[in-house]
Amino acid sequence: MTCREFEYFAPASVGQCTALLKTYGSRAKILAGGMSLIPVMKLRLGAPAYLIDINGISGLDYIRETRDSLRIGALTRHHALETSSLVRRKEPLLAETAAWIGDPQVRNRGTIGGALVHADPSGDWGATILAMRGEMKLRGPARERVIAADNFFVDTFTSAAKGNELLVEVRIPVPRRRSGGSYMKLERKSGDFATVGVATQISLDEEGVCDYAGIGLTAVGMTNIRAKGAEAALLGKVPTDSTIEDAAEAASEDASPMSDPLRGSVEYKKAMTKVFTRRGLQLAVKRAKGVA
Amino acid sequence: MAKRAPKSSKKRGKKARHVKVSLNGSIFEADVEPRLLLVDLIRDVAGLTGTHVGCDTSNCGACTVLVDGQSVKSCSMFAVQVNGSKVQTIEGLAEDGDLHPMQSAFWENHGLQCGFCTPGMIIQASWLLKQNPNPTDDQIRAGISGNLCRCTGYVNIVKSIKAAAKEMRR
Repeated sequence: MTCREFEYFAPASVGQCTALLKTYGSRAKILAGGMSLIPVMKLRLGAPAYLIDINGISGLDYIRETRDSLRIGALTRHHALETSSLVRRKEPLLAETAAWIGDPQVRNRGTIGGALVHADPSGDWGATILAMRGEMKLRGPARERVIAADNFFVDTFTSAAKGNELLVEVRIPVPRRRSGGSYMKLERKSGDFATVGVATQISLDEEGVCDYAGIGLTAVGMTNIRAKGAEAALLGKVPTDSTIEDAAEAASEDASPMSDPLRGSVEYKKAMTKVFTRRGLQLAVKRAKGVA
Repeated sequence: MAKRAPKSSKKRGKKARHVKVSLNGSIFEADVEPRLLLVDLIRDVAGLTGTHVGCDTSNCGACTVLVDGQSVKSCSMFAVQVNGSKVQTIEGLAEDGDLHPMQSAFWENHGLQCGFCTPGMIIQASWLLKQNPNPTDDQIRAGISGNLCRCTGYVNIVKSIKAAAKEMRR
């Protein structure tokens, strides 16, 4: 279908953008990659009267290293995160997640910031950002604020970003020594949304005891979910097949999927959450030990 | 006394915007509605119908073109977004009447049947080889995972891309 009519702005700066947001408020939508927004508009599921295209704003597309984090500009494309040697070295879970998003053309346009604010419960980034305890920096007309991942995914397609705020940066702590992670996605076909997606990030201390566990879930809740029960099943223990099995079982309890004719029943999705959490943790542990 | 139109009938922005783009190496300009899709600019306004509309749901990749060297689905961009950019379509591949090696490879290796997916496939494959001039079969399959073909089962498409890669590495 054709979109409804809208007025189009292409601001050259964040300041111009927030001024436009101040003027048009909830009648406006930000256009970043457009890989979620434009299909929504073509189906007329959404019809913003004002579209603010931020692709011309320079200085929002970057991957920077600080002492203990990676700072990623909100306009950074999935493809850049998939292929960046810095990301692959320092935060390989990010690169692995990016590779599962959509398809190559989608990854050329889609952005991490747009995906996070879109807050699709089937979005892949949300699970990984939760698992890695990322933070989102928002800029409004008057001030900036930083929101932790745990507080960012408010409801289905609803992030904590207010209508007059622009997400400008995503901050992700660099994992400590002896860390490993994985992103695994069950999909019906190539390029599909997840039936289930699981992001895992764990760290081991000198005795091999798990001292950090981050597990995020995709497509099994009203938002991306942090599997806190699964994390608790791992913390303070040496990860064995048995503790991983407990964590996988706990993850299926943490999940609250909906039954749907396309991707399966509640029972099936919970069962797959368990399978993919188990597989993801096994791989994460191997990577943390440096044997995978 | 003048009547005031009820709020619900307030007219939406209809202002035409000027788009100036380098299209297959030549400047192309038009005044368009913001909601005009890039694929419709290419097909209906510029008259280049080699780029196809396959699905309307951003799935099939038949609309794939290059924008500033990146392969994108032109059904999922607005024409106004490419103002000032370089766009390359399937019509821009051949040089001086000589087929691009990718086009020759699809011809020689029977990489198409109905041909509907083919322009998008060729454009995407040409982008893929710029990223990776010597891809494995698996890398090729992953590289064209955004392009659907209903005819071939992809076997000869992969073969064609592999052959083109070999030719282009010479």
